[in-house]
Amino acid sequence: MLSINNLHVNVEEKPILKGLSLEVKPGEVHAIMGPNGSGKSTTGHVLTGREGYDVTSGGVSFLGKDLLALPIEERAREGLFLAFQYPVEIPGVSNMEFLKASVDALRSHQGLDSLDAVTFMKKAREACKAVKLDQAFLKRGVNEGFSGGEKKRNEIMQMMLLQPKLAILDETDSGLDIDALQVVAEGVNSLRSDDRAFIVITHYQRLLNYIEPDFVHVLVDGKVVKSGDRTLALELEEKGYGWIESEVA
Amino acid sequence: MSQDEIGKLIQQDYSAGFVTEIEAETLPPGLNEEVITYISKKKNEPEWMLQWRLKAFAAWKEMHEPEWAHVKYPKINFQDISYYSAPKSLEDKPKSLDEVDPELIDTYNKLGIPLHEQEVLAGVAVDAVFDSVSVATTFREKLKEAGVIFCSISEAVHEYPELVQKYLGSVVPQKDNFYAALNSAVFSDGSFVYIPKGVRSPMELSTYFRINESKTGQFERTLIIADEGSYVSYLEGCTAPMRDENQLHAAVVELVALDNAQIKYSTVQNWYPGDKEGKGGIYNFVTKRGVANKNARISWTQVETGSAVTWKYPSCILKGDNSVGEFYSVALTNNFQQADTGTKMIHLGKNTKSTIISKGISAGKSSNAYRGLVRMNPRAEGARNFTQCDSLLIGSSCGAHTFPYIESKNPSAIIEHEATTSKVSDEQLHLCLQRGIDAEKAVSMIVNGFCKEVFKELPMEFAVEAGKLLEVSLEGAVG
Repeated sequence: MLSINNLHVNVEEKPILKGLSLEVKPGEVHAIMGPNGSGKSTTGHVLTGREGYDVTSGGVSFLGKDLLALPIEERAREGLFLAFQYPVEIPGVSNMEFLKASVDALRSHQGLDSLDAVTFMKKAREACKAVKLDQAFLKRGVNEGFSGGEKKRNEIMQMMLLQPKLAILDETDSGLDIDALQVVAEGVNSLRSDDRAFIVITHYQRLLNYIEPDFVHVLVDGKVVKSGDRTLALELEEKGYGWIESEVA
Repeated sequence: MSQDEIGKLIQQDYSAGFVTEIEAETLPPGLNEEVITYISKKKNEPEWMLQWRLKAFAAWKEMHEPEWAHVKYPKINFQDISYYSAPKSLEDKPKSLDEVDPELIDTYNKLGIPLHEQEVLAGVAVDAVFDSVSVATTFREKLKEAGVIFCSISEAVHEYPELVQKYLGSVVPQKDNFYAALNSAVFSDGSFVYIPKGVRSPMELSTYFRINESKTGQFERTLIIADEGSYVSYLEGCTAPMRDENQLHAAVVELVALDNAQIKYSTVQNWYPGDKEGKGGIYNFVTKRGVANKNARISWTQVETGSAVTWKYPSCILKGDNSVGEFYSVALTNNFQQADTGTKMIHLGKNTKSTIISKGISAGKSSNAYRGLVRMNPRAEGARNFTQCDSLLIGSSCGAHTFPYIESKNPSAIIEHEATTSKVSDEQLHLCLQRGIDAEKAVSMIVNGFCKEVFKELPMEFAVEAGKLLEVSLEGAVG
């Protein structure tokens, strides 16, 4: 599904990713862990096409397409979704209006008609319910005045509605209490299927108690230095990132 | 020319020579008493109307063009302009939409304007019998039943001279300002509305449905009188871009709200703004003002997307105790457009209230200024004002400016002012793009969200059109 091949990325001339490689197959859940500044979030940003991330060498293919050659919105329409670490507010634009535009853009890409308002509302309400977000949030401005936890749940709600092929969760667990963490994890788990994959970027092992990954990769200084199954995450929690860094060095 | 000479000129019948000289359908450029007399005679106006115009002209001659606005444009030579041109004859007009600029048609289609309306807007020579004429007739009868007068101001001068004489210039006097004086001297046509005591106008009045619509031209004059306890909602303009050969437009709108009356005046203005390089485009210098008597309420709502240069300050004089003034504005500038717009709230009466919500959006290389005055006079015991000015920038080559003036001469008055400037951020755009929404749709969504507070003041149908209009006006604003 996703194949990252020896990817080098600069941010403001400074190399951040230095030869990242990763293979993700349908149905898999990959966790990317690593210390601060190792390039975890950069990976998410460069895959979605955010400006300011210069690919100097390497490549990414997604569902057989050259991902890096596609504009941001095309990547999304192909089924790539990013749950943002810091969801931004769009005052005055209701969640509902925003999501309808998004759903319709994705459907139109698949050659489908726009959803009628009633069907859309039904789906949106279901998605809200799944992440325990009051329906009133649909009428509020996108993330406008939401608490940190509400913003994160709103991201997951969007993911449930958009049903992406590959979802990247960028530190979705940061700033969440245990209850919210469970809600988020349940949302993700309910979407797990044979034809859908996840990349879960996190700093802590905690989230992985709820979302069990098939693979865990440790990113240090812009490269995957160690991969394993979920026991690697437990080992990391016990020994800290210093252990890996010294082992690699 | 001395007063005596003017007097003579007015009294004399046109000599054959004079008539022949200006028999052409368009007057040669220039402005003098003869031109004004000609306009007045051509419209078959009574003597008092001519005198009124001449008085305005005398004042105008002594005045200077205002230069304080935050706009730049080449100096206008007022003697280079022709001040009267008869409506184009059918032969001169385009025969069908095929002869009209395809770009204009494209915009009409994007705004979803029906075909026969497109023809009217584009000035196509259409048969006099088309749908909206019969619609207009039906409306007119309904209005007549309610006692509402809605006609052209030229018609009103003949049919309702006592009302026109009493109220014309009562809110915006002839010598109010340079452009108002010019308008008073040469105004071509415009609307006249009178709502009788205690009557609620049975429908929203729109220039679009005004029958006998002659080309209102560049110096439009509107007078709306709401008698005691009456209510009217008036819609001006339309979302379609209006092309006009006249570059200079100087309109005057006067609103009179008598005791307990309410006037809601909504404008969606989309004059041709000039091309992407800033060439062409209308200069729009407008004076709009209303007087609110005891317990009366005047609301101005405007959505401005057009014109190369806009100079416009719909204002309220809150004369009566407990009167209310409101100003809701969205002004969008793109490419090389310049707008200097805002309002004046003059609080004279006790417990008067005013609200100002101004949303300025700048894109491209445009400049957008809010200029507002809130004045609390010594008698304005307990008066209150709330002002909110928000500016939204798209890109980094545009400018937004706020010039609020506050004068309070009454210690019990309360004035609040809030202002924000924000940018359509890369993060907001990125979020939309990451959800598959294309950049233009994203920007228009963000801008519409920003304007929500103002749009909700517009009549429903207008609000939908206004949203679409912003979308079309912002095309190409993001790369």
